[in-house]
Order: sequence, then structure tokens, then C-alpha cells
Amino acid sequence: MTKSKERKARPYINPYVGGVLLGLVLLAANFVSGRGLGASGAIKSTVVTAMNTVAPEASANSGFVKEFGEAHSGSPMKTWLVFEMLGVLVGGFLSGSLAGRLRFKVEHSPKITSRRRLIFALAGGVLFGFGSQLGRGCTSGSALSGMAVLSLGGFVTMMAIFGTAYALAYFFRKNWI
Amino acid sequence: MGPLSVNEIISENTNLFLAFIIGIGFGFVLEQSGFSSSRKLAGVFYGYDTVVLKVFFTAAITAMLGLLFFSLFGWIDLNLVYVNPTYLTSAILGGIIMGAGFIMGGYCPGTSFCGASIGKLDALVFIGGLFLGVFIFGLGYNLWEGTYMANFLGSPKVSESLGMSDGIFAFLLIIIALAMFWVAEWAEKKFPREEY
Repeated sequence: MTKSKERKARPYINPYVGGVLLGLVLLAANFVSGRGLGASGAIKSTVVTAMNTVAPEASANSGFVKEFGEAHSGSPMKTWLVFEMLGVLVGGFLSGSLAGRLRFKVEHSPKITSRRRLIFALAGGVLFGFGSQLGRGCTSGSALSGMAVLSLGGFVTMMAIFGTAYALAYFFRKNWI
Repeated sequence: MGPLSVNEIISENTNLFLAFIIGIGFGFVLEQSGFSSSRKLAGVFYGYDTVVLKVFFTAAITAMLGLLFFSLFGWIDLNLVYVNPTYLTSAILGGIIMGAGFIMGGYCPGTSFCGASIGKLDALVFIGGLFLGVFIFGLGYNLWEGTYMANFLGSPKVSESLGMSDGIFAFLLIIIALAMFWVAEWAEKKFPREEY
């Protein structure tokens, strides 16, 4: 329902150029840290920290927290992905300000209400969050970074994510087109 | 030489500082490519905007080739680079659940942070959902630990599994990507698209 407010946002860059640049960022991540990019790992760190803070006893017995502790020494917030995701917020904001795209907005198809969009965003987020833990990483950490190092699991997860989204696209078409 | 932190060429704190810098690059490129818009992201599933496919596969190929060349030049020891382990059951199931989340929510975790950084409220709500989903996984961990650990195959490379060299696989992947780009360009001409 946007009343086509005058927007002077700059156009997006060519997707193939964007892809090469993203690939170089991913290459840099591997060169520096020996691991690729990620996103859901930072959320896991935050959730583990919250569990440790709010319910330390229950948290100490949680298999989820233990499993995290085995893979990471030190504070769960002092991890590579937490710092990287803080950078993502800064980088996205910088790009958006340079391009004139900073605006509070609920983006949705004109056929649906903002309320419906937000309900689906929440439900989608819950599923994606859960799935990213089961799948040991999301589109960034498992699919994209996994593919770059030719991980079999990375390719399998990538195909499962995109295959499912294509298979279900018909049922959710009203939300988008 | 590389990876720098694994070879202890840089300190742990420098590594974290560089994580922040690399993150800025990550967020900047995602936003510049239009990944802060859920309708642009979802477009790939309806053919009206295939930016996701183009950026995603170009990036995967660029990084893959970069790593192969860096290894060839002796700039990086690929044995020290983390290869994601393969737990077949959870890789498929997790992917299916993420795919459902993608088409419903219109974002993935990385892009939702990018969207939120320029003021997309739907992205912010999606992030709230992410935290909830991760928390639910943590709460019921005992219930799905068996599934989570099932069918562990080690950390095989897809090239090994297919019985070919890394280089040949990379070459085939590039051919496949080029074919997909061709279909993507065709789809964008065929399906109407609006600005959002």
C-alpha cells in the first residue's frame, strides 16, 4: 500500500558484481580465520549467554549449552561470528545510508496487510532459527560457506533449503506476488 | 601463510577485529545487492527477481576458485580450512525447515540483520523469531539430539563423494551455474516485476 512516495534511492549494484564482491568477502574470511561467514552462530551465542545468565543451573545441564561449550572456549559472546554480525549491522546501515534507503517500513505485497506480513515473518524466523540449529548453520554458514569449501553437507543443505522453498512457493504466493 | 589466525600469524584479538571488518564488508555487499528487501529475496522463488540465485552462486564460485588458486600459489593451506561436517539426516531436515522458514519469512538470518539495519520492521520481527527458534531448539535439545547426530559422515568434500578432483568439480559447477544464470535471465523477462 505504498503511495509511491518519492524515493530517490540509488539502484542496486549488478548482481554478478555483487556476487563477486561477496565471494571475495567470503574468501577473506577463510584466509583470515580458516572458516567462512555465518549468521545463525551469533544468534546461538546470544541465546547461550541469555540461558547462562537467566537460568545458570538449568543451563549447565542443557545438552545444547554443553555442546556449544565443547566447540567454543571462553565467553560465548567473544566469538568470531558475533563480531562479524555486529559488522553486518554496520555495513548494511552504511550501504543503506549511502544509497538513501534508510526508512522504517514493513515490506509486503500490496495484496496483504502489514499485520499478516509480520505474523509470517515471525513464524518464518522461528522455523529458520530452529532449522539453522538442526542443520548446523544457515544459508551463510552452512550453504554458502560450505559450498565454497566443497563440503558435501553444505551442498545437501543448500539443495534442501532452496528445494523446499520452491516446493512451498505456490502456497505462499499471495504473500509475495 | 593462511589461514592467518590458525597459523597464529595474527593474535586472537586481531582475528576478532578483522571479523568485525569482514562483517562490515558482508553487510555492505548484501545491502548493495538488494538483500535487505524481502520481496526481492522471495522473487527467486517466483521468477520475478532472481538476484538471490545470481549473487549466491557467483559468490560461492568466486570463493571456491579463490581458495583453489590461493592453495595453488601456496598462500593458504586448505587442510587448515574448516570443512563443514556432514550429518546427513540433520543437513536435510534442517534444510527443509529452513526452506519453509525462508518462503514464509522472506529472509534468512544474515539478510534479516541486513534488512533490520536499514529499518525493515519485518526483518526485525523475523530476527525475534530466529532467537525464539534457536531457544526452542536449545530447550528441547534432548528430544532431537538423536536426529541431530544421526548419519555422521565425517567432513567429506562433494568432489570426493562424486569421485572427481576438486578442479573438475569446480569446472562442472561453473557450467551448471552459467546454465542457471541463463534460465534466471529468461525468467526475469517472462515474469512481471515491480519496484518495491
